[in-house]
Amino acid sequence: MAARERSIPAPPVNPETQAFWDAATQGTLLVKRCTACGEPHWYPRALCPFCGSDRTEWTPASGRGTIYSYSVFRRAPIPYAIAYVTLAEGPTMMTNIVDCDLDAIRIGQAVQVRFKPTEDGGPPVPMFSPA
Amino acid sequence: MTIKGKAYIAGVFEHPTRKADTQSLAQLHAESARGALQDAGLSRADVDGYFCAGDAPGLGGLSMADYMGLTLRHIDTTETGGSSYVIHVAHAAEAIAAGKCNVALITLAGRPRAEGMATGTAPRSYGAAAPDVAFEYPFGPTVVNQYAMAAMRHMHQYGTTSAQLAWIKVAASQHAQHNPQALLREVVTVEEVLDSPIIADPLHRLDCCVITDGGGAIVVTKPEIARSLGRPPVTILGAGEAVKHQMGGRIDLTYTGARWSGPAAFAEAGVKPADVKYVSIYDSFTITVLITLEDLGFAPKGQGGKLVSDGNLIAGVGKLPFNTDGGGLCNNHPANRGGLTKVVEAVRQLRGEAHPKVQVKNCDIALAHGTGGSLATRHGSATLILKRE
Repeated sequence: MAARERSIPAPPVNPETQAFWDAATQGTLLVKRCTACGEPHWYPRALCPFCGSDRTEWTPASGRGTIYSYSVFRRAPIPYAIAYVTLAEGPTMMTNIVDCDLDAIRIGQAVQVRFKPTEDGGPPVPMFSPA
Repeated sequence: MTIKGKAYIAGVFEHPTRKADTQSLAQLHAESARGALQDAGLSRADVDGYFCAGDAPGLGGLSMADYMGLTLRHIDTTETGGSSYVIHVAHAAEAIAAGKCNVALITLAGRPRAEGMATGTAPRSYGAAAPDVAFEYPFGPTVVNQYAMAAMRHMHQYGTTSAQLAWIKVAASQHAQHNPQALLREVVTVEEVLDSPIIADPLHRLDCCVITDGGGAIVVTKPEIARSLGRPPVTILGAGEAVKHQMGGRIDLTYTGARWSGPAAFAEAGVKPADVKYVSIYDSFTITVLITLEDLGFAPKGQGGKLVSDGNLIAGVGKLPFNTDGGGLCNNHPANRGGLTKVVEAVRQLRGEAHPKVQVKNCDIALAHGTGGSLATRHGSATLILKRE
């Protein structure tokens, strides 16, 4: 059974993350990488959480990942799958697994990003479906 | 500087209400404070240090000092969710050891039931300025589905089963049957836990703690005062606190900050897990208990399921009696913050004042542990080791 569509709250956008949401609107997933220590991180920050440098830059991600963990929230009016997906680039991010049979989701499954619209004309958010 | 032996828990109180339709939030704090001071044999005028967290109304510590008419020379409003009050005991001991106060009062209260809060099942947002909100809130994170993801990963990685988690609820219910104030006093079986509805895979309704109104309070004081009060003296042997977060996206849901707070507390106390006769473990969900017990060193990582099974957490039956008041799973989870009541039951055990059916024999060393926030991704961990003198 495919999931019915849940209404997605719009993400609050601020100057630190404006570029991320502008790219999301174009269908591109960006990851912040630090040019001082070389490490990518999530969620995106102006200052690297590993070395503290402010030399961080936006880099396009492949949009590929694997499911680290998930839970189907059965109690919700419209059940949905929350998940942590580990991106091919390294960091693990919170997301939803969508457009699939919720009962067939598995840890380790390969997934691909797809952006989903949000309420009130907000920017789309990165969700994932089986690759 | 160590806090070992520098401060004592002289008074504790668990508010008897579980639904506060006729009391205000400030009133619940003050009633709890009065109860703990009466238990200690001290008065409001003796208090010169006050500790509270995010559940306190208005301007927090300032509003509550105003409401209760306290004259203070020390205040600490450290906020780490449900673990705050365990940390407050340690901070109170530090303040007492440093001479900053003589009698420290810690309060907690809340009325989520009276206010009709959807405590665990509504997506959580901490406001538009929270740095993570845009990257989490759209995906519907609730308390229960976030803890559920930790359970799912633990099962995947270590083979932990739902039946093993159910044993934690079974043990809590075995204890709660003897507590007249417990919200849920009915004994349940593993099968009944597994047959209860799934809330968020793999957690069932009976894997989740209760939602209750109420509160509690703790009085911490210096040794000379504690020994003069005629109550069984309970001293603070050691404490540890830690913050576990997402580590820049290197998320690992299989352990908590107890991995750090536990060893710190044991080192300061100079005792080992095997020396502990009773444990109060924060039990927002069954999985919280299992992972915490592993992190504290009561079982190797991944083998918590075996530790909690077959009644091993039941007083008089197993080797590691836990949450003998029924814990958050059955008794009480006031303000959705269970840390304070964990300390209260540990003190009851050390004083020999637990219910006779669940009183642990020769209970000289006890551990209380709090977890507050989102398990393994943004939470406070606090461990206390207490001793009966």
